[in-house]
Amino acid sequence: MNISVYYFGAISLILTGLYAVLVKRNLLKILVGLSIMETGVNLLLISIGYIAGRSAPILSEGVGPNKAVDPIPQALVLTAIVIGVATTALALTVAINLYETYKTLNVEELRRLRG
Amino acid sequence: MTSCVQCIEYIMVFVMIAAAVFAVEWKDLLAAVVGMAAVSLVASILFFFLQAPDVAMTEAAIGAAMSAAVFIFAIKRTQRYETEEEERPGWWIRW
Amino acid sequence: MVMKRAIAILTLLIIGYWMASALANVPFGADKMLVGQYYLDHVKAQTGAVNAVTAVVVNYRGFDTLGEVTVLFIASTGVAALLWRRKRERTAKTEGSVVLTTGSRLLFPFIVLFGAYIFIHGHLTPGGGFPGGATIATAFLMLYLAFSTYEIPHRGFEITEGLAGMGYVAVGLVGLAVGGYFLFDWIWQSWGWGHANIGRLFSAGFIPVIYTIIGIKVGTELSGIVDSMVKEGGE
Repeated sequence: MNISVYYFGAISLILTGLYAVLVKRNLLKILVGLSIMETGVNLLLISIGYIAGRSAPILSEGVGPNKAVDPIPQALVLTAIVIGVATTALALTVAINLYETYKTLNVEELRRLRG
Repeated sequence: MTSCVQCIEYIMVFVMIAAAVFAVEWKDLLAAVVGMAAVSLVASILFFFLQAPDVAMTEAAIGAAMSAAVFIFAIKRTQRYETEEEERPGWWIRW
Repeated sequence: MVMKRAIAILTLLIIGYWMASALANVPFGADKMLVGQYYLDHVKAQTGAVNAVTAVVVNYRGFDTLGEVTVLFIASTGVAALLWRRKRERTAKTEGSVVLTTGSRLLFPFIVLFGAYIFIHGHLTPGGGFPGGATIATAFLMLYLAFSTYEIPHRGFEITEGLAGMGYVAVGLVGLAVGGYFLFDWIWQSWGWGHANIGRLFSAGFIPVIYTIIGIKVGTELSGIVDSMVKEGGE
């Protein structure tokens, strides 16, 4: 099974982020893992749309319509990056409110609290 | 000294994976945020190698600046170090 | 403890092997474009933009961009609503040095100018509305970090953000009135402005108009998020 180095890098990032979400106990470390996972997914999407020997999809002089890379995954990832940072900011404000109310950020402690 | 273009790609991917593993592993949360910004920066360079300049610019402006800044403000209002506490019986025991 | 980590690493290796064997069927660097080839062939005639990615984001798939602007707006409002206290103020104690304050005061207009350049030329060069807005927000973040008592004029930014959002929907509604559907490109297809200079600034229909609106909106929104998270306050 012979995959390219970009696919290998993207899959490694996704697995590292998933490890942080599964194993770590601090809430901010879980959010760091989630953010790394989003970067990995964006890298995987763009590396699927790459065509060898062609150039960027900006059709100026010299770059005709059959010498450009696929523009659709780039448009999807452009949207996904901005939405990723917005949801990360919202998750961090929920973490701030949790810390100010319960004085701890350990997810096992938080799971035992009632009310 | 042979010049290979593919060596650059291998080195960049290796640096990115190393930064991600360190970002997950360090106990100081500020260091983890710096590792996450490094992952974002090297991913932006890889986007440039994959002939996607719009995405590279967006990832550099938002991943390396905005995401790290928002994390640092959240660390300011909570605690900085991850504390290691003793292991309690698992989550399937409820009291 | 060790059991939990061992099971987690084993699960991750199984998932990794499954993903890698699925990706072995997608050859890296082969030509697999289907819809993309149609967009690349017809982008200069149907939209007038030179940057194909920008034309796809604003013109061919413009409704998804409207959804993304809505998600950003909900996130910014949510951050402001969750961190609302009765009296909020900045609690920074150390003022920056003379070099930092003078340098950031000199550098601020150039960063805002660079961000405006990125989103105005969105249809010609790489970039567009989103990195331009993020650059403008980075300029305001730099002013927050340099001075210990700086605040953005919160009221004015909220009004600007709301007006920019309404402007995007208004452009779409004018397209609905002129053509047949929401977000119809009435500048390029009905009026016919800019057919003569493809590749220069005044062309490409309503792409510069919408990107200016998106750039202003994203810039003020991210600055608002930074402002909400910096201030601390008692009840």
